[in-house]
Amino acid sequence: MRYAVRIDVTHLPGVLDPQGATVERALPALGYANVSEVSIAKTIRLVLDADSEAAARAQVDEMCRRILANPVIERYTVEVDEVVPTA
Amino acid sequence: MSARVGVVVFPGTNCELDVQWAVEALGGEAELLWHGDRTVRAVDAVVVPGGFAHGDYLRTGAIARFSPVMDAVAEHAAAGGPVVGICNGFQVLTEAGLLPGALQKNAGLTFVCDTVELEVVSTRSVLTNRAERGARLRIPINHFEGNYVCDAETLARLRADDRIVVRYVDNPNGSLDDIAGISNEAGNVVGLMPHPERASDALLGSADGVVLLESLLTSCSAVTRVP
Repeated sequence: MRYAVRIDVTHLPGVLDPQGATVERALPALGYANVSEVSIAKTIRLVLDADSEAAARAQVDEMCRRILANPVIERYTVEVDEVVPTA
Repeated sequence: MSARVGVVVFPGTNCELDVQWAVEALGGEAELLWHGDRTVRAVDAVVVPGGFAHGDYLRTGAIARFSPVMDAVAEHAAAGGPVVGICNGFQVLTEAGLLPGALQKNAGLTFVCDTVELEVVSTRSVLTNRAERGARLRIPINHFEGNYVCDAETLARLRADDRIVVRYVDNPNGSLDDIAGISNEAGNVVGLMPHPERASDALLGSADGVVLLESLLTSCSAVTRVP
């Protein structure tokens, strides 16, 4: 099976997000005074061949823990969709 | 016999020759260690210098920690051998799990290139054993991701175990507890954002880094050498 994977890596709560904070300060300057809690995250997309969705998820989780995310400052969410061959 | 210091070179490292020059100026021997080799060639001490290892892609230091040389660096550290990570090297050591915490983007998103004042907090590390506690040192910094962060429990442990090696006098990047450098429990692995090698001669504007590099060379006696 082939799976399309989307991993969102975001800051852990309480960890400073200087990019988000800077953008949050910039938006009111453009008149958007009602915006708060801006955070800037990273999205990683990849395609994975695995025997099952569970196997795909397990491998993605392992890759996240080992390299794709840093648990000291980041957390991640994973979406897995089977890629259905067309025609 | 003079101390042999191995300086790790990743693709994108750019401070290796500065470190080599500074070590040799102080009477040590320095040799470059290629990241793709699985050995630290039985050197006395390892320096992971500054730069942009593997382009700093994904996160600073994230790819570098998987370079073949890093297993040998970890083995050298586990045997008690001195390991110092400077700037990007500090980031590599945290990613590799040899030091706790992480370096994130500077508060305010500014790249900081300046000479700053540091206070020596601990003198039990391989980088400060010749320094005096409370001494003020002027050392250059040059980074975008030097904002040290760790959880409250780790910070409490760093403080209690005398593992905060140097602090900024005037925090330039938002680092937790003004931390500029830390060590592992044994004090033989040190990471710091400032560049002692760039303050190793009065001609460079400051020679305050000399006491740090001399400490490292002093630490080289009585170490177990790892192939």
